[in-house]
Amino acid sequence: MNPPVGTLSDTAAAVSMFSILLAPLALAGLALVNTGLGRSRSAAHAMLASLSVVGVAVLVYFVCGFSWQGYAGSPAHVFLAGGRPWNWIAAQPWFLRGIEWNGSAPSLIVLLQLFSVGLAALIPLGAGADRWRLASACVSTALLAGVMYPLFAHWAWAGGWLAQLGYVDAGGSGSIQAVGGLSALSIAWTLGPRRGKYTAEGMPAAIPAHNTVLVLFACFLAWIGWMGLNGAGAILLAGAPAGSIVLAAVNTSLAATGAGLAAAAITRFRFGRPDASLCANGWIGGLVASSAGCVFLAPAAAALTGLVAGALVVFSVEWLDVYLEIDDPGGAIPVHALGGLWGLLATGLFSRGGRIPLLPQIVGIGTLLGFVLPAIHGYHWVLDRIYPQRVSAEGERQGMDLHELGAGAYPEFVIHREDFGQR
Amino acid sequence: MRVAGFLLLLSGWVIVLAAVALLHPAAPQAWFVAAGMAVEILGLGAAARSYVAGRGGSR
Repeated sequence: MNPPVGTLSDTAAAVSMFSILLAPLALAGLALVNTGLGRSRSAAHAMLASLSVVGVAVLVYFVCGFSWQGYAGSPAHVFLAGGRPWNWIAAQPWFLRGIEWNGSAPSLIVLLQLFSVGLAALIPLGAGADRWRLASACVSTALLAGVMYPLFAHWAWAGGWLAQLGYVDAGGSGSIQAVGGLSALSIAWTLGPRRGKYTAEGMPAAIPAHNTVLVLFACFLAWIGWMGLNGAGAILLAGAPAGSIVLAAVNTSLAATGAGLAAAAITRFRFGRPDASLCANGWIGGLVASSAGCVFLAPAAAALTGLVAGALVVFSVEWLDVYLEIDDPGGAIPVHALGGLWGLLATGLFSRGGRIPLLPQIVGIGTLLGFVLPAIHGYHWVLDRIYPQRVSAEGERQGMDLHELGAGAYPEFVIHREDFGQR
Repeated sequence: MRVAGFLLLLSGWVIVLAAVALLHPAAPQAWFVAAGMAVEILGLGAAARSYVAGRGGSR
């Protein structure tokens, strides 16, 4: 249950502000992961798309998103069903009117949410890499940031019906990561796999990351950013005291390192060598899973959550690729959707002293799968019929950089003939 | 099958919501929530399989 906000001490406000200012590093990290795991001929497009969708998300959220999300204790629409009130959407004015810009808790929540909605918008780009039109990604982002994200965030964080049940998600495993990850699943289904990814018999071909150094460096950036996101979320959205930021940072770090090492060990055992891309995905998966319970788990439980997240990412990447024929170049679905859902479940399973009941966490997971995913897929289906989401076959063969931007990211690279050949 | 999968996802969520709204937080509520989740997993499986089957035709 979210406590009503508005009573932050000066220390809590200062610590929150410091944490929030670290959060853009999580966005930078994720943008670099998505870019590095894609093809070199779409690298500039991937980075520009990252900037564009963050821009669209922030602006749309400013216009109407926050008015529907609100904060705990803000005006909201409520109806009665089953003899209980159901708080389902906020009733704040548009354009952030009514917020006092004096370091109050609502003003800090707005700032944190601008980065959070940007992060959620970046996630689907990983699944749509190398074939998702820039304009289509921006329109999809507008709907995500303007409707789906604020609605679920209100339910989870702003005194909505899930929060009333006792659902807890301090750093956004569900509201940010799973919402973004399920949008990634929907867009992967909508776009279909990249040309050459599958043979006529349905066997997947490996399309390696074009810059593994970038991807691994991004893990360090994301680590710092996630400590900020989790710390600020714990104080502002879960009502934790300012001092709990230390536990949030420790748990975030333990989950990330546990997940990264679990991925390294599993790939070493299965393939004979650690796989750098999967280790990076495992690391980010650990960060994602750490968010929900960052101040509700003991350090040992956070490490265990990370270890499981790392294993989950490695096995689910292969499962999606081989058995479900889902082409997800950035690993957005295993890392953010599955990692996020696992983080919610782990919070209910392992919380200190059993403070967090399991049932509301399962109801939250059920809402993400049963409402958020069909709703997102519904609007992607409509958008695809109005304006195709996928670039033309010729555009994909050329690469998104040349096709949509007119210039490549690495003009001095020698282009190998087979890179441009029909697969 | 794709539409059926998404309808099952929604139906499972409705079962979960109904359990939360209508039943007291005791054993029956947990069982109904579990049943709703099972329906959702079936729906997710059906939707995923439908995309694999659909791709088979376009390969």
